[in-house]
Amino acid sequence: MKKLFAAIVSVGMLATGSLAWADALLINGAGATFPYPIYSKWFDVYHTNHPDIQFNYQSIGSGGGIRQITAKTVDFGASDGPMSDAQLQTAEGWTILHFPTVLGGVVPIYNIEGASGKLNFTQRAISDIFLGKITKWNDPEIQGSNPDMKLPDAAIVVVHRSDGSGTSYCWTDFLSKISKDWSSKVGKGTAVNWPVGLGGKGNEGVAGLVKQTPNSIGYVELIYASHNSIDYGRLQNKAGKFVNCTLASVTEAASSVADHMPADFRVSITNPPGADAYPASTFTWLLIYKTQTDKAKGQALVDFLKWMLIEGQKYTTDLGYAPLPPQVIEMEKNAIEKIKL
Amino acid sequence: MAETLTAAQPASSRPPHLIKSQSKGNPFGWGDLIFENLTLLFALSILGIACAIAWQLFKNSTLPRHAFGWSFLTRQMWDPVAEDFGALPFIFGTLVSSVLALMMAIPLGVGVAIFLSELAPRKVSSTCAFLIELLAAIPSVVYGLIGVFVLVPLMRVYVQPFLMKTLGFLPLFRGPAYGVGMLTAAVILAIMIVPFITTISREIFLSVPISLKEAAMALGATHWEVVRLAVLPYSRSGIAGSVFLALGRALGETMAVTMVIGNRPEVAASLLAPGYTMAAVLANEFTEATSDLYVQTLIEIGLVLFAITIIVNAIGRLILYKMTPQGEAH
Repeated sequence: MKKLFAAIVSVGMLATGSLAWADALLINGAGATFPYPIYSKWFDVYHTNHPDIQFNYQSIGSGGGIRQITAKTVDFGASDGPMSDAQLQTAEGWTILHFPTVLGGVVPIYNIEGASGKLNFTQRAISDIFLGKITKWNDPEIQGSNPDMKLPDAAIVVVHRSDGSGTSYCWTDFLSKISKDWSSKVGKGTAVNWPVGLGGKGNEGVAGLVKQTPNSIGYVELIYASHNSIDYGRLQNKAGKFVNCTLASVTEAASSVADHMPADFRVSITNPPGADAYPASTFTWLLIYKTQTDKAKGQALVDFLKWMLIEGQKYTTDLGYAPLPPQVIEMEKNAIEKIKL
Repeated sequence: MAETLTAAQPASSRPPHLIKSQSKGNPFGWGDLIFENLTLLFALSILGIACAIAWQLFKNSTLPRHAFGWSFLTRQMWDPVAEDFGALPFIFGTLVSSVLALMMAIPLGVGVAIFLSELAPRKVSSTCAFLIELLAAIPSVVYGLIGVFVLVPLMRVYVQPFLMKTLGFLPLFRGPAYGVGMLTAAVILAIMIVPFITTISREIFLSVPISLKEAAMALGATHWEVVRLAVLPYSRSGIAGSVFLALGRALGETMAVTMVIGNRPEVAASLLAPGYTMAAVLANEFTEATSDLYVQTLIEIGLVLFAITIIVNAIGRLILYKMTPQGEAH
């Protein structure tokens, strides 16, 4: 009898325990896939510290995140590209605020027969390769900045993303800024009308095609390249220097534009002025309603944002993301005050 | 099937529903009534689902229909930045890759089925049939990975240079050899749809009445002649059914195709050049499409794919009808 009683009590305790979990305030979000690893780490750590708050994040892509926050089906969204003015218009009545969370970089990867090591790409070289104007690896524009390397007289095979992605957005945004031809003929977007090349699905699709196709070039996220030990090239930045993509040079890109940061944080940081800044870098943003209709959820989001800016940034480098520069963190702290509860 | 059966066999072994309709007795036939209406309901639900899909696709694609009109089907342009869209490269890619795949898969699939049902020992036949059915259960992403890691290098290093050297005078086989491309996609598709053709055709061949085959053999026919004169004509509509099923799979296949086709929205004469299909562009671009026109254009591509599937199937059935000698079918 005693045993039975004990069993009932323990079951009861278990039940209340799980009830407490179920009672946790559930905050739903959806959006970009690029920051998914760091977001799930943050949400997990935050839930451990605040058991009464549970985040549920669906990494369905930036486009999906923007669609869902516009349609008011989620509590927050996430995107690798800032929402356009037209998109903010369609979210009528609901002002949406952008909060940068972490930074990422996009790197050129290549597979050249008989040549290995880090290649230097001038701005003209990289844009003309993707425009299809430079078609051979031993073109003087490439060879000239890599005097120590013997580049073959072989046709260049360009590989790009076939799926819409924030990586493509960052890459085409960079190309638009460095090449007039690119911005007038192609433009920037998560998917564009590529002048040349093959399409691979996802970072793994591009990396796979580049690995298998001799004399090819593509682009992937820095995290993907470093986790898979893929060697990548240096890009020439606005100051004319060839910069290797590292977490530091990506953060440097953000701090070099911090002085001109608009109040809504909708800024592109590709081709920044800093001498050591990596030119193909981007923020990724959380999208939050300015006016929170649910006070409890709004308070939880505000608390989380504050935590993310201080504590959260400590987790970034381990996962391969570049942390926000201090100036941007200060600006965001002020911006959080705009959220109306 | 039913038509051929009644023609080939005496009237007494007609399908049961034909006999039932002659003897309308049973006054307490509630069971039959319920059964008939229930199955009718099931049949109608298929029609209902198809109509609902078509309606939803139509309703959600008004913007591009107004913006591009019918020229959407004939223009070669895919620019998400300028929001200028034409579906021709995708329609072309879907049709060419599927037809090429069928051209490879029909002889192979039917050939395997003939061997398994007519020539192979029973044990070999059932083991092989089991293995082939297993092929049909492999997820398409696995086929895609096999395509990327095994087929693409093979195509680039051996098959495509060989084709360019021997048949390069035709515009169909001009380089450069990327490995990925229309032909590679068709080969992967062919491997994926062979199980459909083989499994169904084998069952059909096994159901050919032994009396037919014995009659042919009694007249002195060889193995080949038995297959050609007795087995194949009897099974024609069954084989066609398997081909339609395979074609449906080929038209709608997404993952495996997008991994090996090269994803380039361009109508190219060469089969070695990269292409794109309707299903692949939907899978690739839907998640990141934000503007209304862009999303609705992708939905319209879905509508076009739906319509093309119906048209292709209708043409197939028409050909089958024309091919069937008039005395045999009613």
